Amino acid sequence: MGVKTLIIDGQELSARAGQTILEVARENDINIPTLCHLEGLSNVGACRLCLVEIKGSNKLLPACVANIHEGMEVVTNSERLKKHRRVILELLFAERNHICAVCVSNGHCELQALAQEQGLTHINLPYRNPALTVDASHERFTVDHNRCILCMRCVRACAEIEGAHIWDVMGRGIDSIVITDLHEEWGSSACTRCGKCVQCCPTGALFDKSKIGSDHPKYPDFLPYLNLMREAR
Amino acid sequence: MTQTITIDPVTRLEGHGKITIMLDSQGQVEDAHFHVTQVRGFEKFSEGRPFYEMPSLMARICGICPVSHLLASAKACEAIMAVRIPHTAAQLRRMLNMAQMVQSHALSFFHLSSPDLLLGMESDPRTRNIFGVAAARPDLGLAGIGLRRFGQHIIELLGSKRIHTGWVVPGGVTEPLSAAHRDEILSMLPEAFANVKLALTAYKQIADSFKQEIEVFANFPSNYLGLINEDESIEFTDGALRLIDPTGTIIEDGMTAHRFTEVIGEAVENYSYTKFVYYKPLGYPQGSYRVGPLPRLNIVKSMGTPQADAELAFFKQMSAGPIESSFHYHHARLVEALYGVENIERILADPLILDKHVRATAGVNRLEGAGQIEAPRGTLNHHYKVDENGKITWANLVVATGHNNKAMNLGVLQSAKAYVKDGKFTPGALNRVEAVIRAFDPCLSCSTHAFGQMPLVMTLVNADGEVVDQLIR
Repeated sequence: MGVKTLIIDGQELSARAGQTILEVARENDINIPTLCHLEGLSNVGACRLCLVEIKGSNKLLPACVANIHEGMEVVTNSERLKKHRRVILELLFAERNHICAVCVSNGHCELQALAQEQGLTHINLPYRNPALTVDASHERFTVDHNRCILCMRCVRACAEIEGAHIWDVMGRGIDSIVITDLHEEWGSSACTRCGKCVQCCPTGALFDKSKIGSDHPKYPDFLPYLNLMREAR
Repeated sequence: MTQTITIDPVTRLEGHGKITIMLDSQGQVEDAHFHVTQVRGFEKFSEGRPFYEMPSLMARICGICPVSHLLASAKACEAIMAVRIPHTAAQLRRMLNMAQMVQSHALSFFHLSSPDLLLGMESDPRTRNIFGVAAARPDLGLAGIGLRRFGQHIIELLGSKRIHTGWVVPGGVTEPLSAAHRDEILSMLPEAFANVKLALTAYKQIADSFKQEIEVFANFPSNYLGLINEDESIEFTDGALRLIDPTGTIIEDGMTAHRFTEVIGEAVENYSYTKFVYYKPLGYPQGSYRVGPLPRLNIVKSMGTPQADAELAFFKQMSAGPIESSFHYHHARLVEALYGVENIERILADPLILDKHVRATAGVNRLEGAGQIEAPRGTLNHHYKVDENGKITWANLVVATGHNNKAMNLGVLQSAKAYVKDGKFTPGALNRVEAVIRAFDPCLSCSTHAFGQMPLVMTLVNADGEVVDQLIR
């Protein structure tokens, strides 16, 4: 395995060939915000929060899917990037109905935490306030599309880890929503009731009915271990 | 030429309101309306939400008494789940409700009404507030702040948040009470008792100087509604509703939450967004009634705690039958606050109060459920319908200010007739008309499930419909 050297935020680092910028940054305690990325799942580069600047290129690259190369110089936290990240977060908040105060994930939400971390104090865009549904047909879990940010972690967890592929995305662009089976109710889908999707969901879109009113932290840390155990077999 | 006087905004209330006084061609008061001028739409936008989210959603109606909405909502949800909550959870909720009642009554009496009572209806409006009270009677100012803190701090100790706690959930509460928190509440009791008694003593000393106000502050015979226990003692969290007529005779008894819609109707008048609630068998407006501290004391035979019982006996000496002047809401509020502190002490003595079993779980077992409690301002009923997945398909909230709406309008008319003569009014008179509303301590944000702060405008309109004078604060 070849070793590459690169610079991230002024730090001279060495890394393995084939690693992504995000992997190298995290190995070296450099924070790059992410939302659709989750350790243990494949990367899709959808949320664009991990965009970074590469010296010599005007193009911003998503750190979760961009591989490193020799002599690369990466900037992860410029004013330009901070502004882009805030706008991305504003767009996410304006797109659907995120009411933190009454959300089951209040205090445990990755979107909320990122907004705080990025210094987002106001949404300058008009809210769309779309009329979206809640599917409470499942005996254990509920999906509230008002809080979904289309990160597709649930889709990947179900397909890649559980192997059931109950979740998928229907529609295009701003009209996209996550669906179960061929857009049937979650409760009558072929769901295995494993709950991995709920643990992977960064917001309160997927939640455990029994956690209403209580703290509802999510624990997606088990995914890399599941992969590890499968590889070992 | 007739005229109309409008008070807009009415201040020191929770919410937004407006008063219009219509004068006839002789300049005499012909009619008066108390308008609530906003709509919030909580019933509508809760449609489609899972029912178990309702307590936390409904609590957002108000920052003063979120606990009332939490409890009524949770009880409606428990009717849908068809569960009985654990004994300890029920006791802790009762304590939460008492704490809120004490803090809300302290707010109403000390912060909102005592400026009128202690400094006088005609005193300088610039100092006619809690700061003026604190300057004139520092002991009472501190007692008011202390009593409010007592209630709010108990809410915080139980639910970890003073406002909009998520601790009350369908099926019970999320966390049991710890021994440390119990001991902290116990240590706060002596000061709370002293503060309530100070207020009671001060009120009794000044009450006699308000004879004229007592005469015209919504002083008329009416029906009265409130929760009551089987032993005819006062109840805030459980029990069933009783309705009595102006002579004190029982009209209807044992009204549980699910019978509420059978007997209680809501009428609409085109000048207010708050509905006018009435007893169906008597029709509207004959079936109107009052709710809140005064009606509760009119209905009950006892408070169930020794010190409050002594105060109730003193209170009831005022009249052989039900006490009619809404001015006495102030006194009733203080009797209830004393009961609240005593009741918190009694609940803490329950040997099971630290029990860890505080939550029952269940799914949707009924498609409809209702819950009712006594909020500080009066009876509160939440009624929901859900689909088989537990999503709200219909919600209706009947709040204290809706129950009192007709009586408040009649009270404004009565006091306007007394204080507006020949088409003229003085600021002192204006404040008295407002003070009638304040005696009911209405929550206008609840009653319309309304949005914003609470200014109030008073307008004087002549017979041709022209505004001849207006007072805006």
